[in-house]
Amino acid sequence: MTATDVLALLPLVLVAATSVVVMVAAAVRRNHALALGITLAGLAAAFCSVLFVHSRQVTALLSMDSYALFFMGLIVAASFAVALLAYAYLAQRKGNHEEFYILLLVATLGGMVLSASTHFTSFFLGLEILSVALYALIAYLHERPRPVEAGIKYLVLAATSAAFLLFGIALIYADLGTMDFARIAQLLATKADLNPTLLLPGVALIVTGIGFKLALVPFHMWTPDVYEGAPAPVTAFVATVSKGAMFALLLRYFNQSGFSHGFAPVVLVFSIIAIASMLAGNLLALLQNNVKRILAYSSIAHMGYLLVAFQVGGPMGASAVIFYLVAYFVMTLGAFGVVTVLSERQRDADLLEDYRGLFWRRPGLALVFTAMLLSLAGIPLTAGFLGKFYIIAAGASVGAWALILILVITSAIGLFYYLRIVVTLYAQPAASDRAHEPIPRGAPATILVLAALTVILVWLGVYPAPLLVAIRAAISSIV
Amino acid sequence: MILLWLIVVLLAGGILAWLAARWDALASRWISLAAVCIDFVLVLTLWSRDFNVRLAGTNDWFEQVDWSWIPQFGIRFHLAMDGLSLLLVLLTLFLGIVSVLASWTEITKGIGFFHFNLLWILAGILGVFLAIDLFLFYFAWELMLVPMYFLIAIWGHERRVYAATKFFLFTQLSGLLMLIAILALYFAHHRATGIYTFDYTELLGTPLDPHTAMWIMLGFFIAFAVKLPMVPFHTWLADAHTEAPAAGSVILAGLLLKTGAYGLIRFAVPLFPGAARAFAPVAMTLAVIGILYGAILAFAQTDLKRLVAYTSISHLGFVLLGIYAANTIALQGALMTMICHGISTGALFVVAGALQDRMHTREMGAMGGLWDTVPRLSGVALFFALASLGLPGLGDFIGEFLVLLGTYRVNVAMAAVAAAGVLAATFYALRLVQQAFQGPNTHHWQLPDLAIREGLMLGVMIALLLWLGLYPQPVFHMFAQAANQFPALWR
Repeated sequence: MTATDVLALLPLVLVAATSVVVMVAAAVRRNHALALGITLAGLAAAFCSVLFVHSRQVTALLSMDSYALFFMGLIVAASFAVALLAYAYLAQRKGNHEEFYILLLVATLGGMVLSASTHFTSFFLGLEILSVALYALIAYLHERPRPVEAGIKYLVLAATSAAFLLFGIALIYADLGTMDFARIAQLLATKADLNPTLLLPGVALIVTGIGFKLALVPFHMWTPDVYEGAPAPVTAFVATVSKGAMFALLLRYFNQSGFSHGFAPVVLVFSIIAIASMLAGNLLALLQNNVKRILAYSSIAHMGYLLVAFQVGGPMGASAVIFYLVAYFVMTLGAFGVVTVLSERQRDADLLEDYRGLFWRRPGLALVFTAMLLSLAGIPLTAGFLGKFYIIAAGASVGAWALILILVITSAIGLFYYLRIVVTLYAQPAASDRAHEPIPRGAPATILVLAALTVILVWLGVYPAPLLVAIRAAISSIV
Repeated sequence: MILLWLIVVLLAGGILAWLAARWDALASRWISLAAVCIDFVLVLTLWSRDFNVRLAGTNDWFEQVDWSWIPQFGIRFHLAMDGLSLLLVLLTLFLGIVSVLASWTEITKGIGFFHFNLLWILAGILGVFLAIDLFLFYFAWELMLVPMYFLIAIWGHERRVYAATKFFLFTQLSGLLMLIAILALYFAHHRATGIYTFDYTELLGTPLDPHTAMWIMLGFFIAFAVKLPMVPFHTWLADAHTEAPAAGSVILAGLLLKTGAYGLIRFAVPLFPGAARAFAPVAMTLAVIGILYGAILAFAQTDLKRLVAYTSISHLGFVLLGIYAANTIALQGALMTMICHGISTGALFVVAGALQDRMHTREMGAMGGLWDTVPRLSGVALFFALASLGLPGLGDFIGEFLVLLGTYRVNVAMAAVAAAGVLAATFYALRLVQQAFQGPNTHHWQLPDLAIREGLMLGVMIALLLWLGLYPQPVFHMFAQAANQFPALWR
């Protein structure tokens, strides 16, 4: 490992170092604002370094190519937003808050490693760094029962799925004798005596592990409980960074190892999972009365949409996936940001009733939430619309009519529950005494994040050309 | 550039009206009125400037804006105006003024946000009528839904949430089908020519095999048929129209339904002439069913707004019939029906809104004998009911007569059955007048008659219908070029 290698790893090094600095600072003197400041500075430095690092394969494990750097930028930016959202949220609660930022940075590091890994080893390392930090983050408000329950649920299921993943990796290694993605592709193309009895179960087990992290049907059971139980900013993080990083890995793995296109059963399995996710996510969301649970099921559906574009493969599919992911990051962070602002000291604002008549009392906040929800539903002027357009276009380009027809029908179903929330926002405030309770005002930092996210949402929805150029550059290294 | 300004004025006016409402509700109303009036005057200048050019029939578009937007997909910001769009844009802005005036006293809550939504719907509708890039068209098509949804869901009547959600789901699902169709056409064009483009003028004449063309055409057709609405996709209409506030009903009936007809004339037929020809008998049959079914349903209603809503199904059936009869006369008739239905039904909804504002009911059973207490309002209602039933001398008659004339040349049976629809219109229109306005005033209503604002607005609408009924030539001239080219498409 040379100095150039270390320089190429700068974004990772910076985030890791920041977490250590926060830890040391907390050991010297506990100060919530200081911890936030260091975290933000570290993340900002990492974001800047992403812009300057030159593409380079660093050891067999990590490839700091344009693709990885794009995702690192996205992940770091999302963590930045989550840290800002969390500050005001944590500040109104008792307890030690500095560790939150350490865990957040470590989880971010895990996500970044995932997006750069070209080897099963780094894949697994990144996944575990991310997961272990998440266990603690989900259960961070340990004096409440719900977060602890959610944390334990996540711990058990994540650990099990990691075991599945490891076994899958082992099976593939047993047949091919390598864990390097590029080398796997080579062997699949040239090796004469492939052993499908080892390979297919291997791929299936890996899909299980990945499917759990992405909350695809039928590995989605944990999602509503964890979304509901985790503190709102952590939910935002689980929904965006954790899933986004995993999707980045999935896209790279299947593009580089050539599994998806040589193996018909794999394509079929992903089609079935996509359809099941779109259907289950959208239909089950209809039954919920809890905003966090609605968003949880809707995220399952969104992962299904992403898989449709993933199916398509090639530059068109890959760029559709990335565009949608960026849009999904923005709208999910925005939606959970609003939940964060409205959350009270005792409980998160997760019931539909908490949002009744919000527009007449806090129009700005209601409009932000409306924009995010309409974007999730795929309505024009928002990034979500162009994302959905891109996915349907990708599907149409290869004639996957059945998949996009299901996407269209399920997203029309999805519209129904988004509209339910929107209607509640604009309904007359209930006459009960709850209507007179003051609504939390939201710290300036939180408001700033929400405003920025809304601007980005609309900007991407109206003028996506610059992002499309960036995405085209990013995918050049994987397809 | 002027086309862009039309839209920008409305968008900016909407935001201004919203901000202004914080200080003064009246300012918000005046700003909205001013924005729509500015647009109206702008389009009138276009009309007068280009009228002679139009008659010469040389250039295709007499005004356009064409900028690169998302080059990666070949999407352009391309607005263009021909005779068809000019007429419909004028109608849009005229009914825009009407709907601002109609809500002057009705809306008392959230005035700023109301006018914001109103102007943004109008902007979306202008986008639909002007967009020539199919992506931009879809963008505008979807964009007009959201403010309309808010208009119904926030300011509507008793079952507003149900109606608004139903409206949104119907149009959104059919819209997504159209998106798939647009993309299928886009990729088919790329396969044939190697060029990625959403531009209407370039997509015209894309070679497609008949099977593919039929499927893609159906994608467009369903989206437009839901908007139109054509039986059996009409079930959203009555709820949405009934529950919307007066301004919302005016815009829904007067304009949103017309976007469906416009889509058929502009896109569904010219892009896929072969498939449209094969499909014409089906469309015409459904149109005739719609004419009769709408009239029968209208006759059975007791809710004033619901009655008027169902008449729209009947009238728009004539439009559909005229479009698929595939000749110049029928198409001219279809356009005339679109414009006159916009004005006469819009006016009936204004009347219904005015009654609801005064009586707080729409039940015709609770009315009766209103002529005694509100003679001017009743007289106006009689006039528009007569217009709606197709009284000669008024615009609606010209439109439906031409549609029947054109259809007769293609299919005598269809024309005969559709003519029965005109007869059925007499029943529902007269029933409306008799139940609500004539007879003894059994419920002893004492109501204020038309205010100056309402009288002026309805008076202008009466004058317009008379003008269109007695001297429709300017409209035919304006539409002549497109209408003359239309039959050639089908061969």
